Amino acid sequence: MEGRQRARDIYRQALPVVLLSLVAGLFSGTLLGTETMRTSIERVPGILLLLPAFLATRGGVYGSLGARLSSGLHQGVITPQLTLDRRIVNAIVASFVNGITISVFIAVITYLVLLVSGTDGYLAQLVGIMLVAGGLSAVLMLSVLVVVVFVGYRRGLDPDNLIGPVVTTLGDVFGVAFLLVGIRAVEVIL
Amino acid sequence: MIPLLAALSVLQLVSGSVLEGYEATLLRYPALLVLVPVQIGTAGNLASIMCSRLTTQLYLGTYEPTLSNPGVRANVAAVFALAATVFSAVGVAAWALGVALGGDLGLGRVLVISLGSGMLLAVLVVTTSVVAVEASYRIGLNPDDTTIPIVTNVCDVVGVVILFGVVALVL
Repeated sequence: MEGRQRARDIYRQALPVVLLSLVAGLFSGTLLGTETMRTSIERVPGILLLLPAFLATRGGVYGSLGARLSSGLHQGVITPQLTLDRRIVNAIVASFVNGITISVFIAVITYLVLLVSGTDGYLAQLVGIMLVAGGLSAVLMLSVLVVVVFVGYRRGLDPDNLIGPVVTTLGDVFGVAFLLVGIRAVEVIL
Repeated sequence: MIPLLAALSVLQLVSGSVLEGYEATLLRYPALLVLVPVQIGTAGNLASIMCSRLTTQLYLGTYEPTLSNPGVRANVAAVFALAATVFSAVGVAAWALGVALGGDLGLGRVLVISLGSGMLLAVLVVTTSVVAVEASYRIGLNPDDTTIPIVTNVCDVVGVVILFGVVALVL
C-alpha cells in the first residue's frame, strides 16, 4: 500500500506542470490548425518538415543558457543585475548566435531533404522564414529568460526549477506564432 | 554546442518527414494538427520526470532495473496514471478545437487516436528511461547530464511515428 501512496504523490506533484505545458501545446496546436496556417502549409513546401526541428532546438539553445546563468548565480560569479557584465553579455550573445545558426541550418537541411525527395523547395524562402522566426524567438526567449532567472533568484527561488517550464511554455506559445510571422514576412519581401 | 544541436535537428527531420507524408490528412482534419505539438511535448515532459526521478533513486542507492523495485513501480504507475489523465483531456480538447477550426472528425475517433497513441507513448517513455539510466550508469556517464536530452529527443521522434501509426489504423 505504501507503493500506491508513493505513486499517488508523484502523480499529484507532476500533474500541474504537465497540464500547464498541455495548455501551451494546445495553444500552439490551435495556431497550427488555423485556416491561415493551413494555407501556408499548403503553399510553402517544407513547413511541416522543419516544424519539429524548429520547435525542439529552442529548448536546447535557451534551456542551456538558463542552466549556465543559474550555475553562475549559484557559484556567485555573476550578480543578478542587468549590467553589461562580460560573462552575462558573452552568454547571451553566444545563445543568440547559436539560435540563429541552428535556424539557418534547419532551413538548409530541409531544402536538401526536399531536393532529394523531388519536391520543389525554395532555399531563399526557407532561410528567410527561419531567420525571421529564429530571430524573433531568440529576442523573446533571451529577454524573458534573463528577467525570470534574475528576478526569481532575487526572490529566493531556485532558477533551476524555473528554466524548464519557462522555456517549454514560451517556446510552445510563441514558436508556431513566430513561424507564421516569418512565412508572412517572407511572402511580402520575396 | 552547435554540433549537438545540428545532430538533434537532423534527428527531428525524421518526424518532420512523417508529418510531411501525412500533409493531406493533417490539412483535412485540423484536430490532428492540434494534437501534434501536444503529443510531442507531453511525451517529452513525462520522460524528463521519469528520468530525473530514476536518476535520483540511483544516487540514493534505492534503484534496481526491475519492476519489483517499489520505487520503480511507483514511478511507472504514476507515469501511466498521468498519461491516462492527460491524453483523455487532450483528446476532448483537440476534438473541440478541431470542430471550432472547421473540421469534422468525431469525438470517438480523436479520443481513440490521442489515448491510444498516448498510452503507447507511456510504454515508450518508461522503457527508454529505464534503458537510458541503466546504460549511462554502466558506461560510467552521469545520468543527470545524458538521459534527459537523449530520452526526450527519442520520445519526440518516435512519438510522431506512433501518433501517425495510430492515425493510419483509425482513419
